[in-house]
Amino acid sequence: MAEEERSAKWGMVIDLDLCTGCNACVTACSMENNIKWVGEEDAGYGRGMHWIRMERFWTGEYPEVKPTRRPMLCQHCGNAPCEPVCPVFASVHSEEEQLNLQVYNRCIGTRYCGNNCPYFVRVFNFFDYEIPEPMNYYLNPDVSVRRRGVMEKCTFCVHRIQRGQQRANIENREVADGEIITACAQACPTDAIIFGNMRDPESAVSKAARSQRGFRELDYLGTEPRIIYLKGEGTYGS
Amino acid sequence: MAVDQPFETVKLGAAEHEEDPREHLMLDPRPREEMNRMVLDAMTHTTRNFWIWVGVLTVLLIVSLFVAWGNLIATGMGLAGTRRPAMWGIFIVTFVFWIGISHAGTFVSAILRVFKAEFRRPFTRAAELMTTFGLAAGALYPLIHLGRVWVFYWMIPYPNARWLWPNFHSPLVWDFLAITTYLLSSTIYLFLPLLPDLAMARDRTTGFRHMAYKVLSLGWRGTEAEWLRLRKAIGLFAFAIIPVMFSVHTIVSWDFAVTQTAGWHSTIFGPYFIVGAILSGVSAVATILFILRTTLLNMKYFIRPEHFDGLGKLILVFSMSWAYFFFNEYILHWYGGEKVIKDILTLHATGDSAWVWYVMLICNVAIPWLTLWNRNIRRSPVAMFVITLLVNVGMFAERYTIIPLTLGHQRNPFSWGEYAPRLTEISIVFGTFCLFLLLYTVMTRLIPMIPVWEVVEGQMAHKRTKVGKTEVTSVTELD
Repeated sequence: MAEEERSAKWGMVIDLDLCTGCNACVTACSMENNIKWVGEEDAGYGRGMHWIRMERFWTGEYPEVKPTRRPMLCQHCGNAPCEPVCPVFASVHSEEEQLNLQVYNRCIGTRYCGNNCPYFVRVFNFFDYEIPEPMNYYLNPDVSVRRRGVMEKCTFCVHRIQRGQQRANIENREVADGEIITACAQACPTDAIIFGNMRDPESAVSKAARSQRGFRELDYLGTEPRIIYLKGEGTYGS
Repeated sequence: MAVDQPFETVKLGAAEHEEDPREHLMLDPRPREEMNRMVLDAMTHTTRNFWIWVGVLTVLLIVSLFVAWGNLIATGMGLAGTRRPAMWGIFIVTFVFWIGISHAGTFVSAILRVFKAEFRRPFTRAAELMTTFGLAAGALYPLIHLGRVWVFYWMIPYPNARWLWPNFHSPLVWDFLAITTYLLSSTIYLFLPLLPDLAMARDRTTGFRHMAYKVLSLGWRGTEAEWLRLRKAIGLFAFAIIPVMFSVHTIVSWDFAVTQTAGWHSTIFGPYFIVGAILSGVSAVATILFILRTTLLNMKYFIRPEHFDGLGKLILVFSMSWAYFFFNEYILHWYGGEKVIKDILTLHATGDSAWVWYVMLICNVAIPWLTLWNRNIRRSPVAMFVITLLVNVGMFAERYTIIPLTLGHQRNPFSWGEYAPRLTEISIVFGTFCLFLLLYTVMTRLIPMIPVWEVVEGQMAHKRTKVGKTEVTSVTELD
């Protein structure tokens, strides 16, 4: 029980009012997590490998159109539809970090999880995509490179979480709020993405999550997403 | 032992259409030895065209299945047209299709046997063979569609160093268990009634065939005790395999129904899939009976218009049941009012791929309903060949509508996308059709395709007796 209380529950808040749709998070995530370039043709066909993507919708009739945007990434559902359908436990829940994990080495590529994810944030390695020179020097040694035939998705930068916790353990202290931060949150120029421990009521992410503008994507499906969006589009302060 | 049952009598000749009772196989008996000879001749007779057909099928099989699949494994799943959001495509469509076809044997052989439908007798084996080979073709797909097929055995519960079991929560593991169970039990069920026929062939052949049949017939001599045990075993298996058959397609439907995917998550999917599977399976039996009748020696005696007539009635009934389930599924989803499902249903009927949906309705409902009520059409083998082929086209379209076309338009509109099959996929699908046809063709020359003992038994049980002034057929209850 004590163990349960000590372990963090990582979560994220994304403020849609602050998001400008600049795609910095997409770039940062790609660099951080060794995401492959699939090429123009495959990306156009819906095989892009980005773990976070900027979804842009147009509202209104031309010429009175207004773009709305929403960064979409793995929601790390508390009750994830992708987990029970995997025949080999490649899609599992980590008890320590309370994250939804993908075990690349265990994945056999049934792609069932990809069908059953209501957010469609799981991506599949359709080929062994090449990493063009000189980008191979960019590879992050902390993150494994995935091979052809496996699913992958956002990990909430689990390697950063691990490193942060280890550092705190060595120094015999608790992880401070804001010490562990995902690549997308770090890169966001407007600080629209807030990452932290949801279990700590005083953390920035917990405070932001209590906003009246908060909502969770497709909440009615009962997936219990770990990401809370703050409604944008001029509703600020309401 | 024999008890005449006047209640099971069928009035013949009294109706408006006068017919010769000898049109019925059961009332047109021939000596057992003659029938044995006919079946053996059919089995050993090969023409030049037969070998050309086998050769062409083999080449097509190697090129379109093995080469294409090898290339798919070596290059990557990207050769198929799957994409986000339609992660499953025509591979799973064809998988469901073959598992559906495999319901033919059990339905015809076990259910009609249990209900003592006499017209089943000459073609039970043809149907059971479809079950086994349909499953063989279908069981390839869970392997073909894997991203990393070389580690497929991780789905099998086997003791390993890490005590890592497959996830028994996953419908794919249920699938794996259900299909292997069905394959095993349907093979046993094919083999049991084959024993006396193998022994018959053993006694009348020489050379390698004699040796092979000697081993396969397990020393069958035809004693009273052997018959008693065989009957008991078949009787038990006929009942035992029915729930297995129901479970298999229900579990296949659960691959879809237990997800949260809009349009899949439906309580009616189990029976809906079973009815569809039986519709396509029974249709495929009629298709293959036509091919056997036209290409195999002496089959015109055994397979007659009355058999197409009987199958035609079944197909009409199952087409109606399928339409009932389809309508039920449709209207409840429509009135349920969830926007995403309404959008999916609208797109099925009006979207870019709406023609698939119309092919499904025309082939599964319009064509059988417009034709099969007519006795003359049901009794025409050529017409039945065309109609049943179209029914299976319709059933393929049904699975295509359910899988990629439904997956393409889910709750997140940003991720909508159209799936289009690519050459490798189409080639592999074509290849499994070649595989099925090749296995079936070769098997027609290796085992007696007509269960002679069942036909003889039926002919002995049928009798024409005079009741008053009319002549009626009576059937003796055999067990």
